[in-house]
This record gives sequence, structure tokens and C-alpha cells, in this order.
Amino acid sequence: MLGQILDQVFRREAGRVLATLIRQLGDFDLAEDALQDAIARALERWPNEGIPTNPAAWLTTVARRRSIDLARRRKSHGEVSDLAAEAIDVEEGPATISGIDDDRLRLVFTCCHPALAQPAQVALALRTLGGLSTREIARAFVEPEATTAQRLVRAKQKIRDARIPYEVPQREDLPLRIAAVLEVIYLIFNEGYSATEAESYLRPDLCGEAIRLGRLMVELMPDEAEPRGLTALMLLHHARRAARIGADGGIVPLEEQDRSLWNHDEIGEGTALLDAAIALRRPGPYQIQAAVAALHANAPTAADTDWPQIAALYGGLVRHTPTPVVQLNAAAALAMCGRLDEGLDWMNRLAELEWLRDYHLLPAARADLLRRAGRLAESAAEYHRALGGVKAPAERIYLERRLREVTA
Amino acid sequence: MKYLILIYGDEKAWVGRSEEEMGKVFGEYMAYSKELALSGAMLGGASLQPTMTATTIRVRNGKTNTTDGPFAETKEQLGGYYVIDVPNLDAALKWAAKCPGAKVGSVEVRPLGIISAADGSVAEMQQ
Repeated sequence: MLGQILDQVFRREAGRVLATLIRQLGDFDLAEDALQDAIARALERWPNEGIPTNPAAWLTTVARRRSIDLARRRKSHGEVSDLAAEAIDVEEGPATISGIDDDRLRLVFTCCHPALAQPAQVALALRTLGGLSTREIARAFVEPEATTAQRLVRAKQKIRDARIPYEVPQREDLPLRIAAVLEVIYLIFNEGYSATEAESYLRPDLCGEAIRLGRLMVELMPDEAEPRGLTALMLLHHARRAARIGADGGIVPLEEQDRSLWNHDEIGEGTALLDAAIALRRPGPYQIQAAVAALHANAPTAADTDWPQIAALYGGLVRHTPTPVVQLNAAAALAMCGRLDEGLDWMNRLAELEWLRDYHLLPAARADLLRRAGRLAESAAEYHRALGGVKAPAERIYLERRLREVTA
Repeated sequence: MKYLILIYGDEKAWVGRSEEEMGKVFGEYMAYSKELALSGAMLGGASLQPTMTATTIRVRNGKTNTTDGPFAETKEQLGGYYVIDVPNLDAALKWAAKCPGAKVGSVEVRPLGIISAADGSVAEMQQ
């Protein structure tokens, strides 16, 4: 019982404390080691003395004191940065908690700095902001633990040696840098969302982690609309998880999902978050996608889906980010509003692009429209092509079922 | 912190350029260099002659091997560099993005290591 409470406290406070320590010490590794020691000390003392009123301040103070010993030892081995060496000489005052959110924001932008490779950004964000262990991250991305560890070491080295700043970017750079942070968070979410392989039960809940990071961004940047948009989008997708895989192990398309299995609390929260984002009157691609997800999630039955509205939203998204994948979704939405031929024509044009040559969802989408049009032979041919490129077993099972239906 | 800005581009692209075009690029670099100098960030820099003028030396077992050309044949070649002193990588990347070469080739940013001139000052070494 106490163990659980302590776990929760550490999970909640570790990110804050680490962010402050990194600023004070100028060294990721030193900050992490010092925090580990402080947590070990807390585990010894808190069960007897009780949890302090301000656990973050307690941990920060103890970790700072501990870092002085650690830094002195490393300094004699010549493996500590100048900044850390200076920091240990500064008179130790009480840990200040004001500005701690600024520290976490600095940490977010440093971890998701474009000068780091994206897999490194993802690993670093999960490690330092999400508090996942190296082992958990390695499992999540199905790679050897040594690979993840190496990735983290290199990223931290580059931050230190190339002096990637530990600061909130300047105003003029902010839109691009926020977009980079949100991209990392969405990448983590999607890694969990399409983790439909057999080994997925081994994964920590990556969708949950991504939503936590999304909420953190909402908390840290309350005046920005897109962090709310992304968090709403993730909540609305995540809310459908219990209905997404059928008894046969295949994915269940939206229109066939049992809507009573959807998590309506999460749908309510996601929808409210989206409303709050829209109220800021700064539209963006995540808000548009969340609006589409909200229309699906709030339709009582598949037949009630407001396809004209969804097609209009996708039209807006195409103007914003005209990538082939966005266009494919827009074409499907158009077809669903009774403009099936126009949707098919659009997809046929997309099929000519080199870009989508190996993208199995394009033939899958065409097969779906041809099936609806009653052109079953053509539909079967497209399902065959989609099956040639599909990797996830859950998608394969679904496509095979459809193929049986159109050839029956 | 000191950073080296390495300017890479296809040097063959210069062949057959009109004097007017060359003059325009030269003007852009002059303006860029002036801006860098006025900001106080500039420690030094130079353009390089084409890689056909390069000679590469390798000493193995005390024996000097001399070969014609750059150390590696690449699609883009090192054509010039700047050494700048700015607070952090973000500031260095800002300057790199302003470099005229970034629009046509690639600009690499590398922090300098601890070994530079005897007193650690590249500027001194340049003079």
C-alpha cells in the first residue's frame, strides 16, 4: 500500500525534480544518478518519518547534496562538465520550487531538439519526461536494451558536447519547435496504437505514456492550441481501444465497432479538450484531426456519422498538409458522402504517385470503395494487392475476411 | 562555445557561371561575413580552392604516402568555412541557416574540441 503511494509520488515528482537538477547541474547523467540516490534515501526514510509535505523539494535538496559528492568523485576522474563543476561550488540554498514548470518545459524542448535524431528524441522523452526505464523503452520499440542505452548515451553526449541549450526557444522559433515536440509525442502514441503484433502484450502502455506527455504540454503551454488538439486526438482514438480488435484477432473497422465498448469518459474529456483548443482560435492540423475523431466518437451509430462535415474537415487538412496520406483520407471521406466516383477518381490519381507505391492502405481503401459500389471483381483484385504489402497480423486478418466476402 | 561552420556544395556547379552570377554570390558572402563580424561572433573563415588543388597525406609505418585529391570523393565538396563563437547550438544553427551556401548545398555545424590554439583561442591562431 505504502509502496504504491511512494511509486505514485516518485512517478509524479521525478520529472519535475530531474528537470530542475539538470538545469542546476548542467549534466543529464549526474542529475539522473543524484535523483536515483535521493529516491533510494526516500525509500529508507519516508516509511518511518512519513511523506514530506513537499516531496519534490525534499528530493531536490537531497539529490543536490548527493550530486556534490558524485560530481567531486567524477571531477577527479575528469568526466564531468565545467558547468557541473561550477555548480557544486555554489552555496547550497533551499530548493526553489518556483519556476519548476519552466524547467520541465526546458527539458521538453531539449529532449525534442531537432539536432537529435528522432529515435533519440523519442527515447530521451520517454526516459526523462515519462520516467520509463531504459529496459521498458527497449521493450516498447522491440530492440535490444543495449541499443536503447547506446542511443540515450549518445544523445546526452551530443546535448553536452555540442551545447544544445536547456531553454525555451525564442518566440520566432516556437511554432516549429512545438510542432517537433508534438510530433515526438504522436509518434510514441502511434507506436502503441498500431502495436497489434503478438508481442504487444509485452509493451508498456505507450498510448498512455503519450497521453501523459500530451497533458504535460497542455499544462506547461496553456495558451497554445495544438497541444490540446493533439491530446484530444489521442484521447478520442484511445477511447476506442476495447472495440478495435475482434474475436478473430483482426481489426474491426469503425462502422462495425461495438460503440458500447468505447470509453465514454475519455470521449467526453477529449471532446471538451478539443472545444477548449478551438476556443483559442488558432487552428492547426491536430485540432482538425481531433475534430474528425470527435465526430466519429460522438455519433450514436455508424449511420449517424456526419460525413459531409468530416469531408469538409479533411478538405481543410489537405489545404494545410497536402500529403498523399492526408489526401487518401480526404478521398475516402468524400466517397462516404455519396460522392463515391469522385472519391475513387481521386484515389486513382494518388495511385499514380511514386510516393504511395508500397503503401498497402491505398489498395485497401480502393477495395473498400469498389466493394461498396458492388464492383466485386475489381474489389477482390485490390484486396489481393493490399494483402501483398500488409505487415501487421491484425490488418491481414481483416483484409482476408473482406476478400472472402467479396469473392463469396 | 566555438563552432566550425563547414560549407559544402557541388563545386562543378561553378563551371561556366557568368561573372555576374559569381559576383552576386560573392556579394552575398561579403554581406554575411560583415553581419557575422558586426555581431561579434566571427572568429575567422576562408573560402577554399577547388578539390582539384587538394593533396592528401597519410603516414604509415613512417612512410609518407602522398595522393592527389581530397581524402574522399563526395557529391558535395568542402568549399569554405567560418569559425564562430556563440552561446549555444541554437545560435550556431541560426548563423548556419543564414549562410548563403545553405540555400544551394549543405552546411555542417561542428563544435570545436578542447584542442585548438595553445591558449584555446582560435582567433589568436588566425592572426
